[in-house]
Amino acid sequence: MLKFIVKRLLISIVILFFVMLIVYTLMHSLPTSYVERMARELATKPGSQKSAAQWLVELNAQYGMDKGVIPGFFVWIGQAIKGNFGDSWYYSIPVVDEFNKVIWNSFYLGVAAFILEIFIAIPLGVVAAKKQYSVTDYSVTVVSLIGISLPTFFVATVLKLIFSVKLGWFEISGMRGRDFASLTEVQQFFDVASHFVMPIITLTVISIGGLMRYTRTNMLEVLNSDYIRTARAKGLPERKVINHHAFRNTLIPLVTIMGGSLPGLFAGALITETLFAIEGIGFASYHAMISGDIPFTMFYLSFMAILTLLGNLIADILYAVVDPRVRIN
Amino acid sequence: MEKKKINIKILSFLKEKKEQIFNKESNYISAKESAKISRKNRKITNQIEKQRKRRNIPENEYITQMKNAENVVEFDNVHTYFFTDIGTVKAVDGVTFDVPYGKTVGVVGESGCGKSVTSLSLIQLVQRPQGQTVEGEIRFNSGEKVYNVVKTPERIMQTLRGNDITMIFQEPMTTLNPVFRIGAQVEEVLLLHNKDMTKEQAKEKTIALLELVGIANSERVYRNFPHELSGGMRQRVVIAMALACDPKLIIADEPTTALDVTIQAQILGLLSDIKGKINSSIMLITHDLGVIAEMADYVVVMYAGRVIEKGTAKEIFKNPAHPYTVGLMRSKPVVGRKVERLYNIPGNVPNPINMPNYCYFKDRCEKCIEACNGDYPPEFQLSETHFVSCYLYDPQLKEGESK
Repeated sequence: MLKFIVKRLLISIVILFFVMLIVYTLMHSLPTSYVERMARELATKPGSQKSAAQWLVELNAQYGMDKGVIPGFFVWIGQAIKGNFGDSWYYSIPVVDEFNKVIWNSFYLGVAAFILEIFIAIPLGVVAAKKQYSVTDYSVTVVSLIGISLPTFFVATVLKLIFSVKLGWFEISGMRGRDFASLTEVQQFFDVASHFVMPIITLTVISIGGLMRYTRTNMLEVLNSDYIRTARAKGLPERKVINHHAFRNTLIPLVTIMGGSLPGLFAGALITETLFAIEGIGFASYHAMISGDIPFTMFYLSFMAILTLLGNLIADILYAVVDPRVRIN
Repeated sequence: MEKKKINIKILSFLKEKKEQIFNKESNYISAKESAKISRKNRKITNQIEKQRKRRNIPENEYITQMKNAENVVEFDNVHTYFFTDIGTVKAVDGVTFDVPYGKTVGVVGESGCGKSVTSLSLIQLVQRPQGQTVEGEIRFNSGEKVYNVVKTPERIMQTLRGNDITMIFQEPMTTLNPVFRIGAQVEEVLLLHNKDMTKEQAKEKTIALLELVGIANSERVYRNFPHELSGGMRQRVVIAMALACDPKLIIADEPTTALDVTIQAQILGLLSDIKGKINSSIMLITHDLGVIAEMADYVVVMYAGRVIEKGTAKEIFKNPAHPYTVGLMRSKPVVGRKVERLYNIPGNVPNPINMPNYCYFKDRCEKCIEACNGDYPPEFQLSETHFVSCYLYDPQLKEGESK
């Protein structure tokens, strides 16, 4: 197993290198160039001595864009290995600082939604499969389909209407209350938590449908298999047949999905974050990207690539944990 | 000109085919009809399920008496239907036979004749809610009480399954749960039905069981996963599981179908060995007449959900009475007998939806007589143990002939 993990890690490094190369090349060839825009801006400033073209040459040298794609990439990666990711062009502070500022908001949002998703969708899927074609099954299916089909902004708006406008339980958007500064630490925590409730509900509502359908399908497949009949023929109570024999087998495909959702926890949710004015990574990376902020985007996308590769590795390891047939001795 | 003629020919041929397809009493039904059937089915099955799911079903509803104390199981006019969207499939339609203590009863018949459904009805594992035993009694003698398993509530059935009635399924490659170790799967039955057994005792017993079914390195197999064993080994494990609680009856549903011939012989030998050791009855379901000849004391021949002939193995093999049984015997290759081409019974098993009320085998039978156009033939007794459902053996008709 250890050998397998080491091998996978080594392969991952190679993949990561090429992923970063591709991202860098793409960023470099984007029509939106941060440097060009800066040059134009500086040239139109009152009292500017140089033309836009002159500014461009100067700024290119300053930002390290004059070396061409491949050498530029190696300069970047050389620095990145040392842990120096440079300053963000758009946010004009070190990339890591900006990232650190926003990532945790997104992470808490993602983790909470993910945990809720698992604890709601999987049991619902199991119940729906257990009572196939019953009223329960149909209602669960309909609800999950509604969840899949509704756009985020619609769910968010409806939630805002019900819980902020009508009931007044939560504030309509933002991360902190007006009197945040005057609160004690515990109260501050609850203040932020209450602002996160609606975004978390939004994310959960739109994500449970898929996982629930997936669980239901897999559970149905497992329930129709011969070994479930054997388990019943042993005289096991139905509860044990489902929760022990069937569920362990349903876990096998589910694990792959859950391992794959690791990067999703850090990816942020652009629309939800924007709607609820949460300073998260989805929002930050979107603005960095559209303004051509190469250092920030490179850092963010490499981080995501690492998480994706790690997620796949974790899925593979978990796969071996739940399915003895793929264990390597 | 020539071409046109051919075209017309083709067209008329197609038209004819189309008419054939639509006019035949085919399975084709419209969506409306299907919905109607489905609604009706749901009404019936819901009612049965409701009846079954009542709390505290009084004991007198499912405790009965055996007709003959020497039997362990008595099937009495059992009807198991499947309520599907295209109609009711009468998979088992009035099956009556007994399984005596300590004997092996072979159930034969071609695929889809209701053998497996009969056995699943006995342990009440027919796919619900579509599949229901709607009529008849299946009496099972557990030693202390006699249960009518059709009416027995699920809670009680669970104490019988795996304990008094066990089942060996036909596909050893898929009957074991792939994610649990062999030991855990066998132990599970032991711990479930013997409440006071400790883990250590269960492990000891499991290893003993694995040895009993002829697994040499039982200690290692105990820790193996199913995918690490061959088909024959897995079937042995399944048999060990079936034997774990010294059952009164073992249902073997085509236990050797998926295995190669040498393993087949070993497994059959094992079954008959063990039967002697723990003195239980076996209900052996197969379509392999060779297996029946070797193992069975009594034979039940099924066709399209009904028993058409039953008797001792000797009677059935020496003088098969029903034309279908005769056909079955003839279509079995015999070593040393030279035939140009192996016999096969013409035609197919009839569609189980909307069965006509005459002998189901009539359309394929070579010995049809006039009486065959009448109602479904009743059972005629040929000897004390030999019964057949065929008008050829109607004593009244015979009398008429001799006059």
